[in-house]
Amino acid sequence: MNVIETSELGKRYGKSWALRDCTLTVPAGHLAALVGPNGAGKSTLMNMTAGLTAATAGIATVLGGHPAGSPAALNGVAFVAQDAPVYRNLSAGDMLHLTRNLNQRFDTPFARARLADLGIPLNKKAGKLSGGQQSQLALTLALARRPRLLILDEPLAALDPLARQDFLAAVMTAMADDGVSVLLSSHQVAELERVADFLIVLSRARLQMAGEVDDLLAGHRLLTGPTAEADEYADRLTVVQTRRGDAQTHLLVRTSETAGPVPPGWESHQVSLEEVVMAYLRSPGVGEPAPLTRVQRPQPTEATR
Amino acid sequence: MTIDKGDSAIEFRLDPDSGVPTYLQLVQQVEHALRLGYLQPGDQLPKVRDVVTSLTINPNTVLKAYRELEHKGLAAGRPGQGTFIQATLEQVTLPELAGLRRTLLGWLTSAEQAGLDEDGIVALFTSGLRDFFKNRPASGDAGAADHGTANHGTAAHGTEGVA
Repeated sequence: MNVIETSELGKRYGKSWALRDCTLTVPAGHLAALVGPNGAGKSTLMNMTAGLTAATAGIATVLGGHPAGSPAALNGVAFVAQDAPVYRNLSAGDMLHLTRNLNQRFDTPFARARLADLGIPLNKKAGKLSGGQQSQLALTLALARRPRLLILDEPLAALDPLARQDFLAAVMTAMADDGVSVLLSSHQVAELERVADFLIVLSRARLQMAGEVDDLLAGHRLLTGPTAEADEYADRLTVVQTRRGDAQTHLLVRTSETAGPVPPGWESHQVSLEEVVMAYLRSPGVGEPAPLTRVQRPQPTEATR
Repeated sequence: MTIDKGDSAIEFRLDPDSGVPTYLQLVQQVEHALRLGYLQPGDQLPKVRDVVTSLTINPNTVLKAYRELEHKGLAAGRPGQGTFIQATLEQVTLPELAGLRRTLLGWLTSAEQAGLDEDGIVALFTSGLRDFFKNRPASGDAGAADHGTANHGTAAHGTEGVA
């Protein structure tokens, strides 16, 4: 089953497109990281997936084909907006009561047990909790709805490193327990390396790339060799990014069977997730053809130099 | 959040700078523990949930590592219970190890006499190791092949300046 499927999805505000021609498939069971600079369209994509924003163009479905925003979709999707949205003047217990009454399904014993584990007192006002506790409260309320898809918009941005780690551990423990699929947006790529097993990169309102992290890492290499030979060699490859010195050049390339072995004098290195993502974000024209999911776009762009 | 320790024989740790994929680090740690005798057939590997909670990693990564161990015949999943060790690794005997070490020390001495410093020796060894495994016919053991590649990547990266 695919937890998210979009087809040529787009959202326009006035004259500018916040997201355009986004065709994307996310299979179930992943923690999918949605990364990109500010204004790339991350929140727009999340809001449309959650059914909070209507699309201007195209369609979005969730959980095996339910239109985003339909009753079946809303029942199975939990969404936590940016900055851990809690009512500051309500106590944690009141928040729990409120959420239970606003939802068809709500696992109160689970929520109470989880808040007790976390040491969050039910009688304390949400606004008086620490940032980490507020985010854990919001997460608890979302998980207690027993969603099949959990959407988290920049959940880590306001947290200190320890709280980030606790939050991510809580999310992934829920994945291990219930098999919930997760879509999480962030502009911190490095800390998602061990966490995300599916990656979606947006830049300038466009989908740059989407696919499983393992395939992505296996599908790229960093080649280092003499600048004098770089042009000739690069012509045979799909180059995502070139960094060139007078003598030595680094090429971040997509690997393919047709490229053949690395020529003498060149070295091939593994790349980290952050390197790949940064390369795509710095060379947005090259987001073509996405190696793993098919992002239909008219014409591959010339390698960026 | 406290982490419940206890019923498993080993605890995993991760080296963020190793460059070795996370699932492979888990596989290697199990193999290492088997070689050193920390794990015996019948021992239970840490539960997926516990590994996820304590290392903050994706559960699919742990599942992938355990599948790899099953594929290698080292572990087996028991439905509803967990994953258990079912085989030992062939151990190289101590005299054999001592012999190999002697040969290596002899080689290192000649490398130094030829004028290589430590970084140079590492670079040479790494590139030799890479060629050795690259030219070896594929054994059909995907795990071993992965293992090789990952290590080379790391080592090569570390010696970039020399090469």
